[in-house]
Amino acid sequence: MNSSMINESSASTTLRDNAEVAEALGRSYAAGFVTEIEMTGLPPGLGEETVRQISAIKQEPEWMTEWRLEAYRHWLTMPKPDWAKLNIDPIDYQAISYYAAPKAGPKSLAEVDPALLETYEKLGIPLHERAALAGVAVDAVFDSVSVGTTFRKQLAEAGVLFCSMSEAIREYPEIVRKYLGSVVPTGDNFFAALNSAVFSDGSFVFIPKGVRCPMELSTYFRINAQNTGQFERTLIVAEEGSHVSYLEGCTAPKRDENQLHAAVVELVALEKAQIKYSTVQNWYPGDENGVGGIYNFVTKRGDCRGDDSKISWTQVETGSAITWKYPSVVLRGDRSVGEFYSVALTHHYQQADTGTKMIHLGKYTKSKIVAKGISAGRSSNSYRGLVKMEKGAEGARNYTQCDSLLIGKKCGAHTFPYMEVKNPTAIVEHEATTSKISDDQMFYCRSRGISEEDAVSMIVDGFCKQVFRELPMEFAVEAKKLLEVSLEGAVG
Amino acid sequence: MSMLIIENLHARVEGKEILKGLSLSVNAGEVHAIMGPNGAGKSTLGNVLSGRDGYEVTSGSVTYDGIDLLALEPEARAAAGVFLAFQYPVEIPGVNNTYFLRAAFNAQRKARGEKEFDSMQFLKLVREKLKVMQISDELLHRAVNEGFSGGEKKRNEIFQMAVLEPQLAILDETDSGLDIDALKHVADGVNALRSPDRAFLMITHYQRLLDYVVPDFVHVLADGRIVESGDKSLALKLEEHGYAGLGEGAAA
Repeated sequence: MNSSMINESSASTTLRDNAEVAEALGRSYAAGFVTEIEMTGLPPGLGEETVRQISAIKQEPEWMTEWRLEAYRHWLTMPKPDWAKLNIDPIDYQAISYYAAPKAGPKSLAEVDPALLETYEKLGIPLHERAALAGVAVDAVFDSVSVGTTFRKQLAEAGVLFCSMSEAIREYPEIVRKYLGSVVPTGDNFFAALNSAVFSDGSFVFIPKGVRCPMELSTYFRINAQNTGQFERTLIVAEEGSHVSYLEGCTAPKRDENQLHAAVVELVALEKAQIKYSTVQNWYPGDENGVGGIYNFVTKRGDCRGDDSKISWTQVETGSAITWKYPSVVLRGDRSVGEFYSVALTHHYQQADTGTKMIHLGKYTKSKIVAKGISAGRSSNSYRGLVKMEKGAEGARNYTQCDSLLIGKKCGAHTFPYMEVKNPTAIVEHEATTSKISDDQMFYCRSRGISEEDAVSMIVDGFCKQVFRELPMEFAVEAKKLLEVSLEGAVG
Repeated sequence: MSMLIIENLHARVEGKEILKGLSLSVNAGEVHAIMGPNGAGKSTLGNVLSGRDGYEVTSGSVTYDGIDLLALEPEARAAAGVFLAFQYPVEIPGVNNTYFLRAAFNAQRKARGEKEFDSMQFLKLVREKLKVMQISDELLHRAVNEGFSGGEKKRNEIFQMAVLEPQLAILDETDSGLDIDALKHVADGVNALRSPDRAFLMITHYQRLLDYVVPDFVHVLADGRIVESGDKSLALKLEEHGYAGLGEGAAA
């Protein structure tokens, strides 16, 4: 049996007429400051020489340089994707600098430039281990380099490898070589190919067989330099029976130009291994007129390579001018499980086209998708998801739930679910709803004494509950606050 | 001075005049029933008093505790002690009932310059009120009105009222859609909250609620005005004769 389905539903509704007045008040983006620090880097421009230079700066082995060059050559042959429901101004790839780093090179945490420590402090990510969030190890990536990783000693005692990607290529080449590009091949898509050619840093995690990672791992990405793209590469490998929970956060200064962020994240779960990957994405979204902001074009994919393995993605996407990402799971092992929980919020002129792909190859594989889209202002928010049941996916199951919440009358919400079912025993379920914050709900809250702003964040929080409870505790609180800030001025 | 003084109130909804010169005074400790046929303006009165958008007051005044009630935002009216029990309580998916009520309770206290309750203090208060209202605490753990039966929704309104302790409680057709057992529960709740400091405005179509919550005054609202006032016996008379033919003379 073969079946596929494409469905689009659009809607825009009103909450109140004076919403624009309030909109003009804009929102505050607390992470919008710039760090004054002496930088070094490559001038703008992209060619084979750029790729070689990046590889040379990072003192990479030759196989790595060749790997990058192959990706670069492939990238040159690829057309820019334009299938997403996004309006993207043309990107001049020669105008971007592909490498920027604080001048004082990477050192131990104790020697990190105080200006950098202060930056992360201001962002609420203290890097001093004394002050750090209890039980969370952090790798801090500043522009193109990792500036420090906390709790490495404790992790090493458990056998967990957690370091920057650059370091991993030097220190653990055999592991990197075995897994890098094995989930997202260099030629997978336009932005993945570009990333493979010029990626500068990112995090590397390796959890050996049977180990339950003793703390949460996280990477904090910060874009600081102007006219710079950030191309990070993250690889997480969980060996047989191991467990890990990983979180990433992202911010950038307020600037009038758009900046490109094209990351690749690869996850590998071997037999009975479990990886939980959470993202709180708060890149600069641009101002209330749609000027500036980050282009967030990311390829994230997990491979449930072993039987009974599990990969779970949770994302809270509030930032970026444009978001284009589909964290996916390839369910290769029998009885493996893939999950995707998402909250995507767009305001002003932000655009998001995000969702997931669940590719069922193994028998009795299961996937669950819960996607919540919130649109305000003049923003456009699309869910795009693919559920594929291949021939061998005997008894496989998927459940998909997509809910959209509209605030104001000029925003849009769209749902594009694709399904391909090639095994007659597979079961695919899809539910979708579109709602708005109703005048009745607002009045009900206000008549009980709750202010308009508090009522909106309460209703939005309720809408997102299913996703928030998947996040580690501290980050659920952060995500909730982030939504409140992002919705400032959404109702008047 | 009366707690609530409504004078010659005129109000429009979507350009149509619904209230046409309504006057009414309510003192602390009194229970007033507002009865009347469909379309007389009963629910409009409740909505105007609590400040719902879309209800435009064209003339007249409402003085509550000596202040101009109509000048206040809905949340400020709530903080000042005005409570509306909704005819159709609204569902807020995913928002915990207790969390919602605590947010409301603390927002009101904050607005009055009082100290907010922490979760332990609030839980203690809620437990006390639950006992009085005879409500199972299972309702507390569910989302606001989500999946509640009609009776549960109405009881939840009365429970909110018990926790928020308003000075002026407006019950908008709280009896509608309730079977006799649910009606008795709701009436018991209201009776438990009667006090010398508190006034009730009970808007109802039928007099059966008044068998359980006995009012001090009964007013008949017809065509946007109070056309007749009396005591409990007026409600019984209405039951017997219907609304037809009422208010002649008063309208002249």
